[in-house]
Amino acid sequence: MNFDLTEEQQMIVDQAAKFVAAESPVSRFRKLRDTEQGWDKSMWAKMAEQGWLGIAVPEDQGGFGGSFVDVALIIEQLGRGLVPEPFIASVVLAGGLLSDQGSEAQREAYLTPMIEGTTSLAFAYAERQSRYSPSDCATKATKATKATKAEKSGSGWSITGEKVWVLNGHAADQIIVAARTGGGQFDESGLSLFIVDADAKGLTRTRVPGMDGQRTGLLKFEGVEVGEDRLLGREGDAIGSIEKALDRGAAAACAEGLGQVRELFERTIAYLKEREQFGVPIGSFQALQHIATDMYAEVELCMSANILAAIQVDHEDVEIRKADVSSAKLQLSDGGWLVQEQAIQLFGGIGVTDEQDEGLFFKRLRVLNGLFGDADYHVGRFQSLKGFDALD
Amino acid sequence: MDLSYSPEQIQFREEVRSWISEAMPPEMKKKAEDGANFEQAEVMEWHRILYEKGWVAPNWPEEVGGPGWDVGQRSIFSEECVRANAPGLSPFGLSMVGPLLIQYGTDEQKARFLPKILSGDETWCQGYSEPNAGSDLASLQLRADSGTDKDGDHYILNGQKTWTTYAQYADWIFVLSRTSSKGKKQEGITFLLADMNNTEGIDVKPFLTTGGTLAFSETWFKDARVPVENRVGPEGGGWSMAKALLGHERTGIGGIAESSRNLKTAKGIAQRTQVGTGNLFDDDSFRRRIARKEMRLRAIEIMQLRQLSAAQLGHAPGAESSVLKIVGTEMQQETSELCMDAMGHNAMGWLDSPEEALPSYQQSVASQFNYLRAATIYGGSNEIQKNIIAKQMLRLPTL
Repeated sequence: MNFDLTEEQQMIVDQAAKFVAAESPVSRFRKLRDTEQGWDKSMWAKMAEQGWLGIAVPEDQGGFGGSFVDVALIIEQLGRGLVPEPFIASVVLAGGLLSDQGSEAQREAYLTPMIEGTTSLAFAYAERQSRYSPSDCATKATKATKATKAEKSGSGWSITGEKVWVLNGHAADQIIVAARTGGGQFDESGLSLFIVDADAKGLTRTRVPGMDGQRTGLLKFEGVEVGEDRLLGREGDAIGSIEKALDRGAAAACAEGLGQVRELFERTIAYLKEREQFGVPIGSFQALQHIATDMYAEVELCMSANILAAIQVDHEDVEIRKADVSSAKLQLSDGGWLVQEQAIQLFGGIGVTDEQDEGLFFKRLRVLNGLFGDADYHVGRFQSLKGFDALD
Repeated sequence: MDLSYSPEQIQFREEVRSWISEAMPPEMKKKAEDGANFEQAEVMEWHRILYEKGWVAPNWPEEVGGPGWDVGQRSIFSEECVRANAPGLSPFGLSMVGPLLIQYGTDEQKARFLPKILSGDETWCQGYSEPNAGSDLASLQLRADSGTDKDGDHYILNGQKTWTTYAQYADWIFVLSRTSSKGKKQEGITFLLADMNNTEGIDVKPFLTTGGTLAFSETWFKDARVPVENRVGPEGGGWSMAKALLGHERTGIGGIAESSRNLKTAKGIAQRTQVGTGNLFDDDSFRRRIARKEMRLRAIEIMQLRQLSAAQLGHAPGAESSVLKIVGTEMQQETSELCMDAMGHNAMGWLDSPEEALPSYQQSVASQFNYLRAATIYGGSNEIQKNIIAKQMLRLPTL
């Protein structure tokens, strides 16, 4: 058991912190939130140059062979600057799926250009009715007939359905979509993954601006045809990969959220020292000091939860992975909430103005709170695991 | 960073588990299964069993009788003790004054006191709080006047200590005393060790706690003589000793073991409590309440491991342990409330309710629930911990 960063990891942190401060402070996000894409391709290329987009991809796949801890360390720093580039969507979700499940040809065609920063990716899993269930999927993929699918592969798939709140869905070059090739709408079996080009015929993308100033995609698939070579992983057997991708997403949310929780906390403590009322700094009042210490405790717990999630998300025992990722996500939701609500309260009226950055962190944290399962979802999942009933 | 257990650690866990199971006497095992309160004699019996094995002081360095375990082994050992519901040992010698003496004691003091703390031949209690010095501990007034007689240099102690937990069983007491009223109030405090069995003028009277047990005591000193060689650190250096001692107590202070024991108890009661055609543990809302606490406890546990790991690397203990104290003791209370709630109307029962009305495994729950109200108060109330964090960690201005 060891909680120290390696020398390389400390370098990653320093490098990422420096990068965010120099290249993408919060002021940059402020400008981008009013643009159509919401993020910038040239910055994406710079992030690729840092080696970040393939940091956890094995070396024999063209990556840097790091661990999810490395990924989390970078994301935490990006979170501090509200960097809007699609790191979670592209690197953690879709990149992770391609690295785990992709054939060599698929990795070369879709993963390599993403790692190089020339393309970005998305993972479309959620539907209007699915809430947080990874298996509730009404989107269907049926075998295309020879008549409709004459070209190239000869056989293939036709995808019909709708996906909502797709992170980077509005801008990605390729989208990995979860679709049902068998079973009923709620079944765990019968799910498959397909790689779809953004400009595929029959795919309509609507850009959806969100509370946090980021954009997502509302994606409609109307008989979108893909070849057999676009099936990612085994047909009908994708539930394990989907759950793992979403757990990685949850661990990434813990990391990004930690960045914002720390940022909010540090800004609040600084404000308590500088803001004066009744002729003294307001941080000298015990009532406010005790709120600040409550925040500090939750920040420390969020740090612990982030470590827990980052280490355990790749645990081979799926039950252990789920238990620990859910525990971590609960801490981000509950503890993170205490920090964000009290930060705004302690800033007072100025905290509710758009010109202050605190509100931007507040909004992003609330979005992360619900992404990849909210507190209720994770508590429900935790108590359904076998280990919860064991009294040993 | 790494959270996993090595094959050696897994083997170590098995070794600890099977040893505990074999070493625990049958009557103790029965009580452990029921989660019952242990008598002092049983706690000491377990102390001696651990001592014979060499496992009684996991946190002590090997050269003074510790087992030479690293952080991982220590947390495995503590987890296995919780799993077995083994009696919890008194912390005053093993976790408090012992480590302080290892750090600051003279060679004579180490040789005199450490072996008997280990063996359990001498048990300890803590003389800190006074009736008028609770949260404001540094305003303590118990006087220690130095003098010389035919037996040598000594201090004469006069005054009263309170909340001296288990003083009625203790052979020795470590005392914060006032040797000077000049200067800052923290500066005139001296750390002394008093022999409770062989010193005239020390009187102990236990309080009956709301838990129905005799945990705390009041201790009076009337012209009680303490030889000067029983002073730890310099005269007037007692406040630093008290702070150093607190730093050693960090492992136990969060009570993670107690909370995880409570969760296990709550689940066990829920599984054996019929509701309709099923049991309470099938109830979704109750399961979720337990789950929430178990999940938060996991984050607290990682926080403690981070602190232990930092301490092992030699980073000086800071106010982080105050955070652990706050969230850990709150968790102890919340998990014990779950045990009470699991009992339903059985929670009306008490230690002396007959077994046909209250099953033996539920007998101690209400007692522990009441006693645990003290957890957020003792060891420096949680509000005092918050003041410490605000000052030392956050460096917020004082009014």
